[in-house]
This record gives sequence, C-alpha cells and structure tokens, in this order.
Amino acid sequence: MAKNNNDTKREENLEGTILFNVPFPKKLDAASLKALKEMTAIVKRQPYHVEYIHSYGQDSPFFAGLANKVFIGNRDPESGYTYATPRGADMYSGNETEWVQLPDEGTVHAFTVCHFGSEEFLPDTPFVLALLEFKGANTLFLTRLMGLDPAKASLDWIGMPVKARYLRNSKMKPTDIYFIPAEMKEE
Amino acid sequence: MRPVYAVSGGVSKFAKARPDKTFQAVVKEAYDYAIDDIGLSFPQFTEIVDGSVASYFSDHFQRQLMSGIMAQDYLGLCPKPSHRVEGGGATGGLCFQEAWKSVASGSMDVCVAYGFETMSHVETWKGNEFIALASDVSFDYPVGGFYSGYYAMMVTRHMKEFGTTVEQMAHVSVKNYMNAFYNPYAQKHQRLTIQDVRHSPMVAWPLTRLDICVMSDGAAATILCSEEGLARLEKAGAKIAKPLVKITGIGRGTDAMRMADRPHDDYDKFMRAYALPHETANAETQSYYKKLWDKGFRYPGVHSFRAGRMAGKQAYKMAKINDPLHEMDFIELHDAYTSSEVQTYEDMGLCRYGEGGAFAESGKAFVPGVEYGLKLKEKPVCPVNPSGGLIACGHPVGATGLMQAVFAIWQLQGTIAKHFKSPVLQIKNAKRGAIHSHAGTGTYVTATILEREK
Repeated sequence: MAKNNNDTKREENLEGTILFNVPFPKKLDAASLKALKEMTAIVKRQPYHVEYIHSYGQDSPFFAGLANKVFIGNRDPESGYTYATPRGADMYSGNETEWVQLPDEGTVHAFTVCHFGSEEFLPDTPFVLALLEFKGANTLFLTRLMGLDPAKASLDWIGMPVKARYLRNSKMKPTDIYFIPAEMKEE
Repeated sequence: MRPVYAVSGGVSKFAKARPDKTFQAVVKEAYDYAIDDIGLSFPQFTEIVDGSVASYFSDHFQRQLMSGIMAQDYLGLCPKPSHRVEGGGATGGLCFQEAWKSVASGSMDVCVAYGFETMSHVETWKGNEFIALASDVSFDYPVGGFYSGYYAMMVTRHMKEFGTTVEQMAHVSVKNYMNAFYNPYAQKHQRLTIQDVRHSPMVAWPLTRLDICVMSDGAAATILCSEEGLARLEKAGAKIAKPLVKITGIGRGTDAMRMADRPHDDYDKFMRAYALPHETANAETQSYYKKLWDKGFRYPGVHSFRAGRMAGKQAYKMAKINDPLHEMDFIELHDAYTSSEVQTYEDMGLCRYGEGGAFAESGKAFVPGVEYGLKLKEKPVCPVNPSGGLIACGHPVGATGLMQAVFAIWQLQGTIAKHFKSPVLQIKNAKRGAIHSHAGTGTYVTATILEREK
C-alpha cells in the first residue's frame, strides 16, 4: 500500500499468473538431479477463507445497547468498581458484575492517528483511535474519534471532552458507537 | 531447583522472506549451528539430548497446525518428549524458561529450545491483521485492529504524563540500527540519524516506520543442560566454552489483554506491590514518586507495563540483583517499538518511571566504542540491545526471545567476535546480562538473568 510519494518500492500484491507447469530437466541423470539443488523455490498462492460463528456471550447486552443507542458497562455490585468495557466478572472480587448505564460524554485518555492498518482497516486510514475515560468508570473504552483532522495530531487532544454518536443501523460491532469532540455540532 | 547452564545457541539469518526453505529447514540451520558450535555431530547430539521445547506464535501465518512436531520430526528428535509454547511476542522467552524448567526440575539433563516464525507467507498488511488478532476480537480488533496503533496510544499517554519526546524515542532506533550494523544475523543494516527516523513515513502517530520493528522469517535454538547433562555432553567430546553461562534468574508477569481494563493504582499500592527494592529503599525516589502521584499519575495505566515490572522484579530477586543498572552488563530487551524500549527501561528499573525518555538519550544504554553520530551526555553504563534488538534484527516472533538468549550466551562466553565476525559489539568482560521477552500490549512478559560463572 503505497502511502508516500517517496516510496521506492512498487506495491506487492497477490495478483499473478496461474501456471500449470514449470521447467524441469527432460532427462534425469546425476548432473540434472544435482542441479535441482540449485533451483529457486516454487512460491504459490494458497487462499483460505473461513467464516466464524462468533458469540458475544455474556457481553451481548452491550451490543444490544449500542443497537438501541445506549452505552452500558459493568459494575461490581459490592465495590462499585465500574468497567467502561464490558466484563462479566470483577477482577478483584470475582463477583459477577451487573449492568450499568455509562455517560455519553467522556474525555480522551490516549490516542493515535493510524496512517496504516491491518488489511481489513486499510480503507479506513487515516483514522483516529482513542482510549476514553468516563466519569464514574474505573476503566477505559477503546473507540474511533471522528471530527478531528488526522494531519493535526496533537498531545492537546488528550483531555479533550468528547460525546457519543451511534450508527443508525447497527453492525453489532463495538464501532456502532464512536465519539466526536463535545463542542462539535452534530450534522 | 538444579543449576541450569546455557551452553550453546544458533540463529538463522533473519530475513524478510525465506522462500528457499520450509520452516523446518530454517530451524535446522539454527539447530545445526548450536550443535556444531560445541563440536558434536548431529547423531552424537541426538543420542544425548533428552527432549525439546518448541516456540512459535501463530498458526495463521503458515496455515499449519502442529508445526512444532514437524520441526521436532525434521530435527530427528522423535520420539523424545517435546511441547509447543505460545505466548504472543513473549513466546521465545517463555520457551527458554520452559526449557530451563525441564532441566531445573530434573525432568531432563539436556534440553534444546528452538523457535521460529515464517511471517512472509502472507502480505505485510495481512500479517498485521494476524498479529492484531492477538487483541480482543470482540472489543479491540474491530475498532483498531493494528498493534502499531495500540503502542502509539500507549506512548501518547507516556508523552503526556512525562514529557517524553519523539526525538528521545528516535535515539533508540539510531542506537539499535547502528548496533545491528555489526551483527551479520540482523535483517537491517542501515546507519540512521534522528532526522531519518522522524522523516520516515508516519505509521501511527507519533511512531514512524523506523520506530517499529519489521516482520521476519527466522529461527533460533539454544541448548540447556544440568551438571549431569554437561558431563554427558563433554564425555561425548563436546567442547563447551568456559567459564560456563548459568541461568540465575527467572521472572514472568501478566496483564489484562485489553489495555482499557488495566488498573490505575495509587501510590501505596505501587510501593507495596510493584516498586523494586532499590526504589523502596531510597527516600529521594519515594519522594519523586509521591510527587508523580500528586500530579495525577496512576499505575500502570496504559503507559507502563506491569507485567514487565513483575517479570523483572522476580528475576532480580532470584538472581540477587539490587541495582539493575549497575549490576548487569547488558540487556537484550523486546524493542518491538522504540517507545516500548523506553517504557521497558522503566519497568526493568534501569531508571524510574517517567525517566525513560531522558535515559534513552543519555548514552547509558549505548555500546562503548560504537560511533552513533550522536552527542551523548553520558558514558555507556548498561548497553541495551547491543545486538540491534527487534527493531534492526527483525522479529520472527517465535524465534525472537531465543535469538536474545543466543546473543546473551555469546556475550557472556566472550565469543561475539567469533560469531559476528567482528569484535565491535562484544561487551568487554560481560559477567551478567538479562533477556526480556514481551507479548501483546504487555500481556505476557518474561525476564531471564544469565551469568558467566566465576
């Protein structure tokens, strides 16, 4: 994926020609068998596709919440320790956690601008990735931030108040919720 | 526990791709080198070795399950005992420690730890996708799906908390690339400047391409033995370098898979559970940390690796190390990113939390006698990644922690000149060193101390 005009290499991809045969000695003798050791390797394309049946298990209500434009997390019923990313059991007490509504506004704890990404997310680049803090929650939440200029990344973004937006049609993914600067007007 | 010695090692040349051989044959390169280095033949060693531990990270890269047994088979080690170890980027470090356990426990007298990864079997961005599957696929992968992005988030927090700069991080890249210039096993041989690092294409702000290690194909192997195993090897004619290299400290730590879940603990919890003895014993350091917490710092958050601190703490305790910076002659640590080397200086207690950036540019972690083209304020104290680390050597995941072990063995044997065909990177009179292997966003971390016997 060439992203820079200064790149000196052509992009590599898996496109190629299908071969049904390759050169091989017509006559096998000691010399031609020995020469096989000097040959370069055959490198071929080997596709593999798979579809998983993925259950969100005990975390399922979180995704149902997002589909209904509600942001929920988990809380230890005794200590009140609150997880902004769902977790079925508290890591300190071992208690089963309960569901709790989280605020739609938070602040940026850490962030980056991804100019490259995994193959699946390359079309999204550049995108802003952030860990958010929420009042009343003890842990963070990983999300995408929209409405910021990726070319103007700044440490000043840390601490910025942000507010939630939701996809109109859920994809049953954690990206059904994303955030924008709190001061920004909704389109 | 019985004393365990690391007597030999071998590393295949790390490369972007090794289409010339299958992974088993690449493992055999490293394995053969380790056997040859102690002067035994393949059948002689096969006769003596009790078993093995195999190390590789991803079944996805090869689309092959049970690759471990295929290597075991190719090395002629069947039907001897073996098992595969997997723990992300720390797989090699875990493997080395599992081999140590096999010998220390009395289960084996001679154990070989071998590891490999063949990351070239998919394209780079698909490879990044496979690696990102080592993040929670319900909550992290679908949002970010990119390890460089995860590390970049950690370092923006580190920069915000402590004022760490990108130029300080770039010092790590210049250092490690320059060291690797003298290491023939390294994948990269380039001389860099701070400007080169900063002007390299931005991958995940503020990390550029030269702040980040590359994907590699490669393998490494080490031979560990007990005193009885040593006697058996020598009886068969093995020429083991003396003084011996002994494993004197083992430590491991873990942390939550999702960075978001990591605690933000207070000062008292830090001092009680995580501070190193030389930190708790020093009133000035206590005062320094108290001020950090007063300003709002919390531990470990996403800027520090609690797993790395726990690994170091345990290993130091076992090896009776009280002042890591001055009681070790070198460290080979897991610098998948320049930022993670800076973070790891702090976890391993080479400096205090918050001082990693200043430590990176101080000169203390550089190799004496190597010209870096930098104005460094201080002389080397404890060279970090004298081999060039992951950034310049490459990171064939399952081999990486074992590569570190091999380079550490050679440093302590004083045989770097023989293996590297250059004496430049030999740390003079190296008596004690550490290797540090790190997974995920700091999920599994191992620290192992190796020492040259007196």
